[in-house]
Amino acid sequence: MSLTREDVTYVANLARLEFSEDQVTALADQLGAVLDYAETLSGLDTSKIKATEHVLAVQNVFRKDEIKPCLTNEEALANAPESEAGCFKVPRVME
Amino acid sequence: MELYQKTIHEINDLLDKKEVTVTEVTQAVVNRINTVEKSTDAYLSLQTEAALEAAKALDDELSGRAKRTPLEGIPYGLKDNMCTKGILTTCASKMLYNFNPPYNAEVYDRLIEDGGILLGKTNMDEFAMGSSTENSAYKKTRNPWDLNKVPGGSSGGSAVAVAADTAFYTLGSDTGGSIRQPASFCGVVGMKPTYGLVSRYGLVAFASSLDQIGPFTKDVEDCALVLNVIVGHDAKDSTSLNLEKIDYTQNLKQGVKGLKIGVAKEFFGEGLQPEVRKSLEDAIAIYKTLGAEIVDVSFQHLDYALSAYYMISSAEASSNLARYDGIRYGFRAEEYNDLVDLYKKTRSQGFGDEVKRRIMLGTYALSSGYYDAYYKKAMQVRTIIKADFDQVFGGCDVLLTPTAPTTAFGIGEKTSNPLEMYLTDIYTVPVNIAGIPGISVPCGLDNNGMPIGMQLLGPILSEETLLKAAWAFENESGLTNLKAPLGTEV
Repeated sequence: MSLTREDVTYVANLARLEFSEDQVTALADQLGAVLDYAETLSGLDTSKIKATEHVLAVQNVFRKDEIKPCLTNEEALANAPESEAGCFKVPRVME
Repeated sequence: MELYQKTIHEINDLLDKKEVTVTEVTQAVVNRINTVEKSTDAYLSLQTEAALEAAKALDDELSGRAKRTPLEGIPYGLKDNMCTKGILTTCASKMLYNFNPPYNAEVYDRLIEDGGILLGKTNMDEFAMGSSTENSAYKKTRNPWDLNKVPGGSSGGSAVAVAADTAFYTLGSDTGGSIRQPASFCGVVGMKPTYGLVSRYGLVAFASSLDQIGPFTKDVEDCALVLNVIVGHDAKDSTSLNLEKIDYTQNLKQGVKGLKIGVAKEFFGEGLQPEVRKSLEDAIAIYKTLGAEIVDVSFQHLDYALSAYYMISSAEASSNLARYDGIRYGFRAEEYNDLVDLYKKTRSQGFGDEVKRRIMLGTYALSSGYYDAYYKKAMQVRTIIKADFDQVFGGCDVLLTPTAPTTAFGIGEKTSNPLEMYLTDIYTVPVNIAGIPGISVPCGLDNNGMPIGMQLLGPILSEETLLKAAWAFENESGLTNLKAPLGTEV
């Protein structure tokens, strides 16, 4: 199966990415080739196989709900491109 | 032999006998960096002044103390995807060009605790996505055995620093071969431990169910020494295994008499460079003379591993990399219209081509209508591959394979064809899919003088056996602490 330009544009929006016309064409080819290669998977009958999310049988790991040292507000904001009044600053969301 | 060319255990002998100081050792490797780093470009950032200061402070402290620990005062490098407070951690991406982590990776804390001397952060493929280190947003690292060839990837800088003697050891991360393949290309030892053995806390996530940190060293004994320090339970990583500590040097030199070494034809198929095949056959002969039993084993479903790997890793990457939105840290685009546009512009300008490709592939594999066909299918195939390994390790203790189908390829040779680049990982990815440990050790040179790597694999938590088998080969073959021709021409 190959990927259409529309597929690429649709997925790009989901991934919050933008591409030029030329890049869309190139991606349709390149991702199409990888997906064609991955088509081999469909030849394998897995209807009775359980999916493995993690290789080890580690179950949920719990700890006591205790207060521990954590980043200060200043440390947490230190890398922010923009901050104000102890908060991350973003462009206006509501009109 | 120059000081900087020695292994960790050789330096340990000298330090313990007080024949050299930590400052002399550090100065020697800093001088080496000043001489060859401009040719190899292994590092993204250097801390050589801080390293020399730390060395001096440690010398003062050691003068009043009888014992030191095995990595104390040994200069090393870290792949630039491990968080270092106060030192930029870029993942070789424009997206994190200014990222100063507010905390340390657990492995870095352990090495600080142990008195390690950090020399710098090493180059890599952006966000560890790649097989040649050519996807770095900052520089191209060159293979010290031939400066026109790639070092492999994604931990190419870490492999080169050890191969060019610009660090005594380094840490890398391995998601689909990113330690073992560059170790193979650069003629050094590289190990990917069992998933969960080394804490991933503070390792910038690529594919969380596959990522694992491990060492690059000049020989197998050094690998055991580094492993001793970085292995251990960490409550900050919920996938970290809580096991009793073992000393990996304890049984290292016990030999391989009676050890069952499996050889599977599926790892010696089409596309294998003839000299690699020959070199592996020689290695098998050496194991026979050492008293190991060579047995034929076979896989049923290995052909599916690479496809499953690229689906799982890309899906996890697309989810992990959603955090780079230009809000909390890292790069933000200068011009945008609204919040969604800020995300799009930031991500489109901040990520390189390969990272975007993987995000696209992963987003597609997780999207409505395709999830069952690609992502779920890949997770089911993972169960099958695991079962395949279980069955193989029912018949042998260790599996011997090539690390990569070829030796290092030319810079620029595979960049235009992503699928061809992905195929270079064909022998390493099944290991991450199954979560098992693997080690790559040098086993010869090809006709152009480029290193060939042998991969030894074992079941979950078989590190001790793998190191023992690797050490026995290294000791018998004499292929240890290999020196790239770089050392003589500069």
